[in-house]
Amino acid sequence: MSVLVIAEHDNKSLKPATLNTVTAATQIDADVHILIAGHECQAVAEQASQVAGVTKVMVADNAVYEHQLAENVSKLIVEVAEGYEHILAPATTTGKNTLPRVAALLNVAQLSDVIKVESADTFVRPIYAGNAIATVKTTDSVKVLTVRATGFDAAASEGGSAERQALSQVIASDRSRFVKEQLAESDRPELTAANVIISGGRGMGNGDNFKLLEGVADKLGAAIGASRAAVDAGFVPNDLQVGQTGKTVAPDLYIAVGISGAIQHLAGMKDSKVIVAINKDEDAPIFQVADYGLVADLFEAVPELENSL
Amino acid sequence: MKILVSVKRVIDYNVKVRVKADNTEVDLSNVKMSMNPFCEIAVEEAIRLKEKGVASEVVVVSVGSKTCQETLRTALALGADRAIQVETEDGLDSLSVAKLLAKVAQEEAADIIIMGKQAIDSDNNQTGQMVAALLDYPQATFASEILVENGEAQVMREIDGGLQTLAITLPAVITTDLRLNEPRFASLPNIMKAKRKPLEVKTPADLGVEVGSNVSVISVTPPPERAGGIKVGSVAELVDKLKNEAKVVS
Repeated sequence: MSVLVIAEHDNKSLKPATLNTVTAATQIDADVHILIAGHECQAVAEQASQVAGVTKVMVADNAVYEHQLAENVSKLIVEVAEGYEHILAPATTTGKNTLPRVAALLNVAQLSDVIKVESADTFVRPIYAGNAIATVKTTDSVKVLTVRATGFDAAASEGGSAERQALSQVIASDRSRFVKEQLAESDRPELTAANVIISGGRGMGNGDNFKLLEGVADKLGAAIGASRAAVDAGFVPNDLQVGQTGKTVAPDLYIAVGISGAIQHLAGMKDSKVIVAINKDEDAPIFQVADYGLVADLFEAVPELENSL
Repeated sequence: MKILVSVKRVIDYNVKVRVKADNTEVDLSNVKMSMNPFCEIAVEEAIRLKEKGVASEVVVVSVGSKTCQETLRTALALGADRAIQVETEDGLDSLSVAKLLAKVAQEEAADIIIMGKQAIDSDNNQTGQMVAALLDYPQATFASEILVENGEAQVMREIDGGLQTLAITLPAVITTDLRLNEPRFASLPNIMKAKRKPLEVKTPADLGVEVGSNVSVISVTPPPERAGGIKVGSVAELVDKLKNEAKVVS
């Protein structure tokens, strides 16, 4: 039975989290279909049809789907989902916004942030900020899952040749309307997809000091992240936040600078391959998960690190 | 205008959770329980809307065993007007909770339903969206700013790339993100007063909702332990380790 994956995109390009979700889908069944709901999103459809493992791409291209409002897209998914036993979406803010609505419309439960597929009806997901791992089995007729991207490798973005199908359904709610968007601009790799991340915490002192991290980030091709304390203090915008309530990352190298290592922060980064902590408090909990810890004043250590790379 | 706020009693966010030795669940005996942090923010926002004159009544609701009455009393002490406990076992799944909350929202004819974006125990981030779907109401999840006027709520939402603002027609469901507000503390006189505020108990049968789930937990295990790391003495040593031992820097 085919698996339906809901694409994450910005109408211009397919977001990497979709590729991880396709991998999760192929572990359920080899036949993976993608649904793209958007506006003027043919480039996304083109990319999706080349993803290895995808056999069919369905495209609902209409102005009503431009901002992927949950009210509209959830009903579209329910119509398209007829006959599918699995519906998957990346556990991004878009997926988290829409998919529970789909599950409720189908009168089934949803499994959030799945990190492992045991079988077609048994899945693994973290609970309690990642401090416990639950294996759950569902007998619902349709399994609705959001997938944690860092739990699965990305599917190859080339090599596939899926057929394309245009969908004509137009579903528009007159009770929800897009007003505006303020997106943070950055030339750096996307936080959730970066191989190296350097994050700052309250110890950075202020927003200007985050510039200290940029030199290291440039040399390592790293993304810059932050702890909740740094975001709450207004040092950096909240889309940089790593943690239970922010983004979940699992890069090859995570450098935590001036971050104490609260439970909520660890939930977002402790699956990183190598963790480095730079903190002047040698009792900071971050040192308990760090592979390499350096007890030092970050204002001396970070410039020195930049120079020695 | 009436606002309904749902609150959940969860393990306190500072507590380091322990998994039971038989790997069936997390050990909740003798641990500190508190109101879910996102729910506190929801209560605070509702009270602020009342203080601004936007809302006339704030009703709080919690689904669970009798112990969740403590959480409701906390919300009453913070400024909610009255409370409803839907008496069930603890740990129902999101869909059942959403069905019960949707029914309460209907009975109360609430104009805005404010909920936390997720509970820090199950980490599901589902219930608000499900309530909205069941009632066919519009939703604004992950709110960091709410402005209510002319039968509409303008809500700024935290999304992956930044912020997005939506306008939704009431009645509607809004779920709170951490940056929406800073919750207040309850004063002692308010805690005393809260004891006399009305708290109604309902059952799923009263609401005509059947609860149950097709999802079963097979096991709950601790996450893999990270091997203990080492402390390095200098930046030079750190760079050397990263290049030659961990090989994550070239």
